[in-house]
Amino acid sequence: MREQRRTRVAIVGGGPAGLTAAKALAGTEDVLVIEREAEAGGIPRHSNHWGYGVRDLRTVTTGPAYARRLAEGADEAGAELMTSAMVTGWDGRTLEVTSPNGLVSVEADAVVLATGARERPRTARRIPGDRPAGVYTTGELQNHVHVYGHSVGTRAVVVGSELVSWSAVMTLRHAGARTVLMTSARSEADTYAAVGLAGRVAFGVPVATRTTVERVIGKGRVTGVEVLDHATGRSRMVACDSVVFTADWIPDHELAVKLGLNLQPGSLAPLVDTALRTQAPGVFAAGNLLHPVDTADNAALDGRRVAASVRRWLSGARNLADGVPVHAAEPLTWIAPGLVRPGDPAPVGGRLVAWTSEYVRFPTVVAVQDGREIGRVRTPWPAAPGRIFRIPFSLLAGLDPSGSAVEVRLAS
Amino acid sequence: MSPNQPAAAPADVFDVAVVGAGVVGSAVARELSGYRLRVALVDARHDVGDVTSKANTAILHTGFDAKPGSLEARLVHDGYLLLTDYAESVGIPVERTGALLVAWNAEQHESLPGLRDKAEANGYHETFLIDADAVYEREPHLGPGALGGLVVPGESIICPWTTTLAYATEAKARGVELLLGRTVTGADVGADATTLQTSAGPIRARWVVNAAGLGSDHLDRAFGHDRFTITPRRGELFVFDKLTRPLVSEVLLPVPSAKGKGVLISPTIYGNVMLGPTAEDLTDRTDTSTSAEGFAQLLDKGRTILPELLAQEVTATYAGLRAATEHSDYVVDVDPAQRYLCLGGIRSTGLTSSMALAQHAADLLGGAGLDLVPVPDAELPEPPRMPYIGESGVRPFADPERIASDPAYGEIVCFCERVTRGEIRDALASAIPPTDRGGLARRTRATNGRCQGFYCGAHVDDLLNGGKGHA
Ligand SMILES: Cc1cc2nc3c(=O)[nH]c(=O)nc-3n(C[C@H](O)[C@H](O)[C@H](O)COP(=O)(O)OP(=O)(O)OC[C@H]3O[C@@H](n4cnc5c(N)ncnc54)[C@H](O)[C@@H]3O)c2cc1C
Ligand SMILES: Cc1cc2nc3c(=O)[nH]c(=O)nc-3n(C[C@H](O)[C@H](O)[C@H](O)COP(=O)(O)OP(=O)(O)OC[C@H]3O[C@@H](n4cnc5c(N)ncnc54)[C@H](O)[C@@H]3O)c2cc1C
Repeated sequence: MREQRRTRVAIVGGGPAGLTAAKALAGTEDVLVIEREAEAGGIPRHSNHWGYGVRDLRTVTTGPAYARRLAEGADEAGAELMTSAMVTGWDGRTLEVTSPNGLVSVEADAVVLATGARERPRTARRIPGDRPAGVYTTGELQNHVHVYGHSVGTRAVVVGSELVSWSAVMTLRHAGARTVLMTSARSEADTYAAVGLAGRVAFGVPVATRTTVERVIGKGRVTGVEVLDHATGRSRMVACDSVVFTADWIPDHELAVKLGLNLQPGSLAPLVDTALRTQAPGVFAAGNLLHPVDTADNAALDGRRVAASVRRWLSGARNLADGVPVHAAEPLTWIAPGLVRPGDPAPVGGRLVAWTSEYVRFPTVVAVQDGREIGRVRTPWPAAPGRIFRIPFSLLAGLDPSGSAVEVRLAS
Repeated sequence: MSPNQPAAAPADVFDVAVVGAGVVGSAVARELSGYRLRVALVDARHDVGDVTSKANTAILHTGFDAKPGSLEARLVHDGYLLLTDYAESVGIPVERTGALLVAWNAEQHESLPGLRDKAEANGYHETFLIDADAVYEREPHLGPGALGGLVVPGESIICPWTTTLAYATEAKARGVELLLGRTVTGADVGADATTLQTSAGPIRARWVVNAAGLGSDHLDRAFGHDRFTITPRRGELFVFDKLTRPLVSEVLLPVPSAKGKGVLISPTIYGNVMLGPTAEDLTDRTDTSTSAEGFAQLLDKGRTILPELLAQEVTATYAGLRAATEHSDYVVDVDPAQRYLCLGGIRSTGLTSSMALAQHAADLLGGAGLDLVPVPDAELPEPPRMPYIGESGVRPFADPERIASDPAYGEIVCFCERVTRGEIRDALASAIPPTDRGGLARRTRATNGRCQGFYCGAHVDDLLNGGKGHA
């Protein structure tokens, strides 16, 4: 009763990464994008504000408009978009898909995982208390407000102070809710270095730094949160009728884990090389699944890269050189791609991407291999928590392809 | 007209009012609905099974470690067999995973043979002892230091939500009146009938069954008794991501001590792994919040048992309150003069014992003078077929025939848990429909997965509110 079908390329996930890859491949290959939502476009569909498309489309547009453009682009290029279709299992080659049209087994010569990333919900952050309604992630909040027009309360506490946290503040404002407090676990300097100051000025939102939410309170609907100021050790109650847990990303890596793909310890993203190959032959990955979480245009640029790599694989390129693993060290928590093979292209945009737990205004990045410093670069941009830190690939110019793993850290 | 509408009874007086629609009260109502009786099932909440019966460790116990000779031991033993059969007939998810009691120190190790003997005394003959090597062969991810174990092959995991719902659904189909949103505040025992004062007007019944769980002592006092006091004993739990399910193949039980059953690690029927529960006496009977202390305690215990689990993602946390009393056994007593049956202090085994407790309740009521005339099988409606929300069977999203017959079963709404629009629609149209997201989750698992609504929360709320669709 399961329909069988074959395709050259199956792309799991029709967000910016998957759609861009589909568009790039569709001219020459038979491409199927499998998207579980009723509409393709990914997260930008419900991120109803400006700031999309800068690096890939060379324009600035809103999330929903951007999502539509990418979906139309893939469609016009000849890719097949299968929506309301979810990949529920696979063996690396054949995908089990459920859709209203029935069950389909899709056999593909190449598979691209572009399943994105999500925010950890309150439970995954292990925050105790009651279990009332009114506790959201930014993703859920934006779906409520921008897709369904639901009301989301009037007084909100936003947990986190990254780009996405301000996106939550904007959504709340749009929905008529005031952000009465934004909490940041980081110091004042680190918080404002991320994006805080601009946001604070623009929105007049009070920000409590070195502060965490310790408890959620309320029966039925949330009535408040208990916050702890780590500087003073004092706790206090903040009354609110909604709480938004923002950021704290985790890749949507279920399919990657089920296949047994190696994960990057700091990000839990599947490990890839600079061509975006995973360790499974013919299985590639792109977008925020690899780097939770970058902006949509960078996810889209991954899509272009992965398309080129898929094309090479389909044309029969095999015999990969062994790669050198690249690990992140304090204060960097992860770095991607995590594998560099001789002969492969430089990473997307000529840069490695990393995540830092500390703010460094003028960072010097150091690469060490076999106890020896093999590279050192200064970046004119800071390393700031809560946003991607880009590292010029020239850092690894002196890499010994037969050496052991490279460690990348910030010089103190 | 339902098969239970005796023409003689005045319309406003029930033969029996069961107070409390948890797993116990629902089982009792279902049992009584097999007789020619007009039965009301009353609860303060707007859903059945919305208190302790929804927040437990969901194990169908063999009763191997119960106190031999106690009422609880007998009812757990019998209830296990009854519910295993019933689950099969109505489609309640059950998996016979078995359990392994792991001894972590010499004292625990020495107590294992005694536990085996206790199991024998309880009429359960399948347990056997194994050495440390065999323990690790069964459970290779176990932390270091296990000295040996006792295997209890019959211990099973079950869906507690479907259980209560199945009882209540069948009871309703057989004519029981489900009176939700009614808090019973007092009882006036009259000559022929008792008037229960409730938050939504009086309910009159000739007989009253107290299955009020955490409120059972208060209701008992309303009948003039003073024989037990409930102490809410909180149990907090962690539910780990489904990706951790391969770490454990059976229920990992601690060796019981004087302090209670202790913290276990168990697969859940939905395919997660659960760690808990704690045991802490509270005073507030409504405090089902989780706590930082509870979490710390669980993580500490879990680290010894299954260290790899701790670094994994947590999907949910919750707490349930056991209706503990000063007595070591259930407080079950019938008062023929008051036409009143108390089923109090059904503390930590009520899910398992529910059906046996219900039969026992019917026996006691019959013995005390309630006229029990069985409704012939031919007159009873077919038992319900409950929607399947477990992990070991075939769910609609994976069933090509279901999807072919109705494409809504191929339309996945909650991605993490693969819940389809068809299932949500069915739940909303069911005999006992959910009234909030939690209720829908208990019927379908929608929003219960790892993203907790990041992707589907708004869509699910929209369907719950009648599906107004996009803004
Ligand atoms: C609240 C918020 C605000 C943001 N604001 C901005 C901004 O202003 N500017 C900006 O540039 N970026 C912004 N971003 C980041 C941007 O949305 C992401 O970088 C981008 O969406 C990543 O694209 P992606 O394709 O990797 O993943 P996604 O957009 O997450 O797409 C993944 C897709 O895969 C599908 N999928 C997953 N698993 C399966 C499966 N098993 N079967 C079928 N389909 C599946 C999902 O349904 C989804 O559509 C924001 C992100 C968030 C959360
Ligand atoms: C942490 C924990 C783990 C457990 N693990 C297991 C297990 O693995 N296996 C097992 O078999 N058992 C287990 N149990 C025990 C089991 O959950 C309980 O024994 C069982 O749920 C009790 O059911 P009940 O119907 O008596 O109580 P409840 O489910 O609490 O139902 C009582 C009902 O009465 C209603 N009520 C109370 N007062 C009034 C009033 N005045 N008016 C109207 N309605 C009223 C309430 O609203 C409630 O719905 C566990 C319990 C806990 C807390």
